[in-house]
Amino acid sequence: MSKQPASTPLWEVFIRPRNGLNHKHVGSLHAADGDLALQAARDVYTRRGEGNSIWVVLSKEIIASDPDLSEENFDPSSDKIYRHPSFYEIPDDIGHM
Amino acid sequence: MTNNQSYGGADHIEALLALADDHLILGHRLSEWCGHAPMLEEDLSLPNMALDLLGQARNLFAHVANLENCGKSEDDLAYLRSDREYKNCLMVERPNGDFAHTMLRQLYFAAFMQPYWQAMEDSTDDTLRALAGKAEKEMSYHIRHAGEWVVRLGDGTEESAHRMVNAVVALHPYTDELFEISAPLQNCIEHGLLPDPTPIRAPWQAMIEDIFSQAYLTIPDVPFPQEGGRHGRHTEDFGHLLSELQYMQRAYPGMAW
Repeated sequence: MSKQPASTPLWEVFIRPRNGLNHKHVGSLHAADGDLALQAARDVYTRRGEGNSIWVVLSKEIIASDPDLSEENFDPSSDKIYRHPSFYEIPDDIGHM
Repeated sequence: MTNNQSYGGADHIEALLALADDHLILGHRLSEWCGHAPMLEEDLSLPNMALDLLGQARNLFAHVANLENCGKSEDDLAYLRSDREYKNCLMVERPNGDFAHTMLRQLYFAAFMQPYWQAMEDSTDDTLRALAGKAEKEMSYHIRHAGEWVVRLGDGTEESAHRMVNAVVALHPYTDELFEISAPLQNCIEHGLLPDPTPIRAPWQAMIEDIFSQAYLTIPDVPFPQEGGRHGRHTEDFGHLLSELQYMQRAYPGMAW
């Protein structure tokens, strides 16, 4: 298979496995435009009944967090255990929550 | 005495085989792209479509093999007939050519089969009625996929447009045969077993014209349509196709896996 020409952009693919669940990122592919990207996503990522809805997004449109900033972004939350809902008793008769 | 014209008769078998052969041979042609498609995404898409067609062919062969008067197995029908016994239309056996040829052939065929399967939902043949729903959906996707490519290639670069025009010139003469009514098919139509392709012609033409107008293509005049496949008269390329298709069953008779 030949190398992709520069004009064939990269797309990120999101699949929703079932109604009521979220679309999840499953991978990426090359396609000339949105319609072909959806078709390619259907052929590449839903061959085994993986889902019932597809989103495709141009990879270049995604704004990502900077890995160099990950310490200031994410470390401060690591010592704030009181943000986890684990400080109250669930009465027995509530059962599984 | 067997009535040749009714359910399970010789004409029913013959007409079903023509339909099965169309799907088998086109499925085989598409499968030749596996590993050779222009991009990875298409390399999955083409075998996907090939598998749709082979699945439909297999269902049809199984249906024929189950008919009382057939006397052959599914594998016998698919792999052990001689070239003149295959009744597929010539278009499906044409070599793949370039990607433009392959996509146009797929569009021509699917644009015919989608409404034809739809019409089979009214067949008096229970098995065909049962197969029609799924096959129709698969054909709808083939139309969409091949149609999008025909538009993009026709309305693409100078090179792709040129290739698309060449494909139309090469393949359009084979489209008439899709609507041919052989004697066995005529009998099946009269008994409600198979649909009449004639009413599909106008919508087929309209769909192709619509896609062609977006692709800057025109339908050429065809003074001499190509036909003969329904009578077992095939093109030279068909022998080469069969030698590959049948190799395994010929070399290892009865092989299963």
